[in-house]
Amino acid sequence: MSLQRRLQTTFAQLKEKDETALIAFVTAGDPTPEDTIEIVTALAESGVDAVEIGVPFSDPLADGPAIQASSQRALDGGMTVFRTLETVREIRKRNPDLPLILMTYYNPILHYGLARYAQDAKAAGADAHIVTDLTPEEAHEWKALSEQNDLDTVFLLAPTSTEVRMKIVSELSSGFLYCVSRTGVTGANQNVSDELAGVVSRIKAHSALPVCVGFGVSEPSHVATISHYADGVIVGSALVNLIHQHKTDDNLLPLVRDFALSLKAATKKG
Amino acid sequence: MPTTMPVSTMSPTPLPTSSPASPFTPESPLSRVPDERGRFGDYGGRFVPETLIPALDEIAEAYTRYKNDPEFVGQLAYYLRDYVGRETPLYLAERFSERYGAKIYLKREDLCHTGAHKINNALGQALLTKRMGKRRIIAETGAGQHGVATATVCARFDMTCEVYMGEEDTRRQSLNVARMQLLGAKVIPVTSGSGTLKDATNEAMRDWVTNVRDTHYIIGSVVGPHPYPEMVRDFHSVIGKEARVQVLEKEGRLPDFVLACVGGGSNAMGIFYPFIGDANVRLIGIEAAGLGMNSGRHCAPLTAGTRGVLHGSASYLMQDSDGQVALTHSISAGLDYPGVGPEHAYLKDIGRAEYVAATDREALDALQLLAREEGLITALETAHAFAHLEKMKAQGQLTPDTIVIINNSGRGDKDMNTVVEALGLGK
Repeated sequence: MSLQRRLQTTFAQLKEKDETALIAFVTAGDPTPEDTIEIVTALAESGVDAVEIGVPFSDPLADGPAIQASSQRALDGGMTVFRTLETVREIRKRNPDLPLILMTYYNPILHYGLARYAQDAKAAGADAHIVTDLTPEEAHEWKALSEQNDLDTVFLLAPTSTEVRMKIVSELSSGFLYCVSRTGVTGANQNVSDELAGVVSRIKAHSALPVCVGFGVSEPSHVATISHYADGVIVGSALVNLIHQHKTDDNLLPLVRDFALSLKAATKKG
Repeated sequence: MPTTMPVSTMSPTPLPTSSPASPFTPESPLSRVPDERGRFGDYGGRFVPETLIPALDEIAEAYTRYKNDPEFVGQLAYYLRDYVGRETPLYLAERFSERYGAKIYLKREDLCHTGAHKINNALGQALLTKRMGKRRIIAETGAGQHGVATATVCARFDMTCEVYMGEEDTRRQSLNVARMQLLGAKVIPVTSGSGTLKDATNEAMRDWVTNVRDTHYIIGSVVGPHPYPEMVRDFHSVIGKEARVQVLEKEGRLPDFVLACVGGGSNAMGIFYPFIGDANVRLIGIEAAGLGMNSGRHCAPLTAGTRGVLHGSASYLMQDSDGQVALTHSISAGLDYPGVGPEHAYLKDIGRAEYVAATDREALDALQLLAREEGLITALETAHAFAHLEKMKAQGQLTPDTIVIINNSGRGDKDMNTVVEALGLGK
C-alpha cells in the first residue's frame, strides 16, 4: 500500500494530463457478483479512472428507477453487504491501482456495524465511501472510523446547498466532493442543467478538493460539457441500464468497453 | 380571519425552560426532546440526501417562528374548532366499561372532519406551507386517511396536491382514493417494493428531492427527518391536551392508562405527549402483530425490531440480518409500516411508554365487538388498541376504579372492503 491514497494519485495524474476523471457506477451483484468483477475490470481496461460500487439497499430513496431496479435485482439474487465486500476483494486483486469507492445508504452499514464495516471494507481493498443519506451532522463517528482505517469520505453537495452547507461538507470530505447535478434522484437526463457550472464554481470557492459531478450524466456530450468546469464525472444509471439490457449477451463486455471508451474520450481536453 | 378564538385555550401551561414558551409543549422535563439536532436520545436526527437539508432548515425555522406566533396559533385554533370540529368528546363507553369492569373512555378523534385525527397535522402544516410561500403539496398515505386530510386542506387553502399511495393500498382503501380525487388531488399508485406505505414514502421523498424548491412534503406521521417528528407530534398534541382536561373534569383525576395504536405513531404521540409528565399514567402503544409475532409477518418494530435508519431518522426498524428493510404485513394499511417514530423508540427505552402488539384476528374481533356494543365502527388501525383491553382484563389490570382512555383515532368506513372480505359479510 502506497502512502498516497489511490484517489489522490489518480487526480494528480489526471491533472498533469489535463483530463477529467471518469468515474463509473455499477451495482454489486447485478446481474451476478462474478459479472460485476468482469465488468469493473473491463471498465478499468477501457480508461475508467475510478469505480463506484453500489452496495444494494432495499429502500434507495435517492435513486431513480434504473438503480432502484438494479439494487432490487442484486438483493433478489442474494447479494449482501458481506458478499459485496467479497466481490470488492476480487476486484482489488485484479485491479491493484484502481480507486474503488463504495456507495450505499446508512442502514446497511449501521446494521453491519460501523467499525467492522470500515475495517472490512479497507481490508477488502476499498479506498473511499459515499453514504447517500448520511449528512455531516450525523457523520462524526463514521468519519472518525474512516480516518482510523485510512478511508476517504466523500460527501455530497447539491444545487440547493447554501454557502454554509458548502463549507461544512467541504471540511468533512476527503478524496473528492460529489456535486449532484440537479435537484432530484439518480437517472439519465437529456441535458446538463444550466445552473451546474455556477454550482461547481461556488463549491470550488470553498474547497481545494476535486469536484466530481453525478446524477443524470449519461452521454459523451454531457461529459464534454461538464469537463469544462469540473474535475470529474460520474456515470451510473446509463451504465446500469446498458448492463441490464445486455446481461445475457455474449458481447456484454465489449459493449461496456465501447461505452467507457466513448465517455473517456470526452474527458480529454487537450 | 376570525380571531374570536382566545389564544389562551391553546396554551394551558407556561413552560419553565430557557426556550420560549410554546403552546404546544407541556411542562415535563421528559417532554423537552428533541434537542436542536432533532435527537430523542439515540433516535431521530436527519438522514437524508444533502439536497433536502436547506428545505428542512427552512421548515424548522418557520415552525420555530410560527409555533409561538399568536396569529398562527389563533388561526390554527380557529380552524381546528370551526372546520375540523374540535374539541372532540371524551366519551364514556358504558357497555364496554361494564364488559371490561373498568371505566373506559374514548377520545373521539373519529368525529374529526375527514374521519380521523390526521387532519390536525395536515391543517397545521398547510397553514405553515402558506407562510413559507409554497403552493405545491405532496404526501404519502397508507390507509388513505392522511391523504384525504391533506387533499382536504389543499382544497380549502388552494394548493396543488399529489398523494403517493402503495398500489396494494389503493385497492384495499379504494373509497379513500375516490375521496382524494373528488377533493381535487392526484393519487399516484406506487408499485415498487410491497406497494404499501413504506414504498409510498420512498416515492414521496424522491418527488420532494426533485421538486423541493416549490414543494412542501406533508409527512403524515411522527416519522421522517427533523423537524417532522417534533412538529407532527405538536400538531397532534391537541388530542392529549383536550383529553387531559376532559378527564379531570369528568373524574377529578388523571387516567390510569392511555391506549393508542402505533404504526408510525402519530395518534399515539398526540395523546401520550401531554401525559408524559404524569408519572402514574401508564402509556401503552399497540402495534400490529399481523398474522402473529412468531409468523414473521407483522409490523411491530418496537416489539420485535432493532435500531435502524429509514426515511430520514433513526428508530426501531423491522430489518433482516443484512440491514435490508423487511417486508411487513398488517390487515390495517395504516399500520403496515416497518418503522416507527423516533420519540416512541425513546419513550420505550427510557421506560416511559410500553409497547405491545395485537394480531389481525384480535383487531377484527375488537372491531366487531365495539360495533355491536357501542355502535361505533372504528378503523382497523384503531381496533388494535381496543384489542388490548382483552389482555388487560385477563392480566387483572382492570378494576371498577380503573380509568382507561383509548384514542379512537379514526372511523372505519374506509375499511369496509377489507372487513367484508375478512368476515364474509354482505351476503
